[in-house]
Amino acid sequence: MQGWWRRDPFFVRYMVREATAVAVLVYAVVLTVGAVRLAQGEAAWNGWLAALRSPGSVLLHVVLLVAMVVHAKSWFEIMPKTMPMIVIGGRRLSATTITRSGWAAAVIASIALFAWAAWWRA
Amino acid sequence: MAESKTVEIQVLRYRPEQDDKPVWQSYAVPFTDDMSVLQGLQHIKDELDGTLSFRWSCRMAICGSCGMMVSGKPKLSCQTFLRDLLPGPVRIEALAHFPIERDLVVSVGEFVKKLEGIKPYLIPKVPRTLAEGEYLQTPAQVEQFEQYSSCINCMLCYSACPQYGLDPDFTGPGVLALLHRYNADSRDGGREQRMEVLNAQEGVWSCTAVGYCSEVCPKHVDPANAVNQNKVNSARDYFLRFLSPKRDSS
Repeated sequence: MQGWWRRDPFFVRYMVREATAVAVLVYAVVLTVGAVRLAQGEAAWNGWLAALRSPGSVLLHVVLLVAMVVHAKSWFEIMPKTMPMIVIGGRRLSATTITRSGWAAAVIASIALFAWAAWWRA
Repeated sequence: MAESKTVEIQVLRYRPEQDDKPVWQSYAVPFTDDMSVLQGLQHIKDELDGTLSFRWSCRMAICGSCGMMVSGKPKLSCQTFLRDLLPGPVRIEALAHFPIERDLVVSVGEFVKKLEGIKPYLIPKVPRTLAEGEYLQTPAQVEQFEQYSSCINCMLCYSACPQYGLDPDFTGPGVLALLHRYNADSRDGGREQRMEVLNAQEGVWSCTAVGYCSEVCPKHVDPANAVNQNKVNSARDYFLRFLSPKRDSS
């Protein structure tokens, strides 16, 4: 079974999906550190914000953002498989509808978050 | 006059009485555009090499006998066409993740044992007499289990599943899909009796939703769906058991 996942593009895509969980973990650690710095006072908080603006951090965040998008795409693709049969108005909810609903929720939540953050800054 | 085209078919042979390990053998098979891989193998056995062993029966993708690896992918040989594999060579091996008995014949005993273990038959909710007549089901009730009843036990999903390849104790996609077929049937009352198989580490919890099983299934059973939706059922059962320990699975 050595290198089993390299033998088929389907498995490669699966491993990429699983690997994006590492990106989610890394970002969770970044945010946790931020929360801790916030609790430690203004100087610590500003230090964390400055670190986030460093070129290395920006590059990391770009990589994490790409990984997050891949994570969302691959999760929404598999999501229909995790759900029981849903019948609405006599018709079965299709896998495509479920995937698209996931995307719609993600886009709406992202827009709402940005709008709220922009309103806070103003 | 039509020219006769040939395609090279390579078969991984294994004859335990003479081979230490499997060995590739190559055949030049004349073919027409409508020939399946199964027909190619039959030509080899009839005309070129009578020692070649392989299972087949219906040749129309309903018996589940002719599963094998065709150029690295689990397929029913009767449903796979040589014209799609040109220019060749077509590489044929026994179904992956199973012990090889001979040539393209794999050992199915473990699969059958697992299938028997899930009680693959309707267990009535209450005893029922003939006088009560037949069960009545609405189309909606039939839809709940119908696709999972399409399983032909071909075991392509087991070849597709990397978790099964890594741990053959995993109950596997096909058997779990059939377990779900009975649980989802409104006529059946045997859910409790099947919970132990579902809840085990080798039950649904060995599945990591790779999803390749559903990709290769020739009858569109979608075993990945059957297994993964039962993770919720298994978790619910676990917590209900935790809350009220008097529940048992007898």
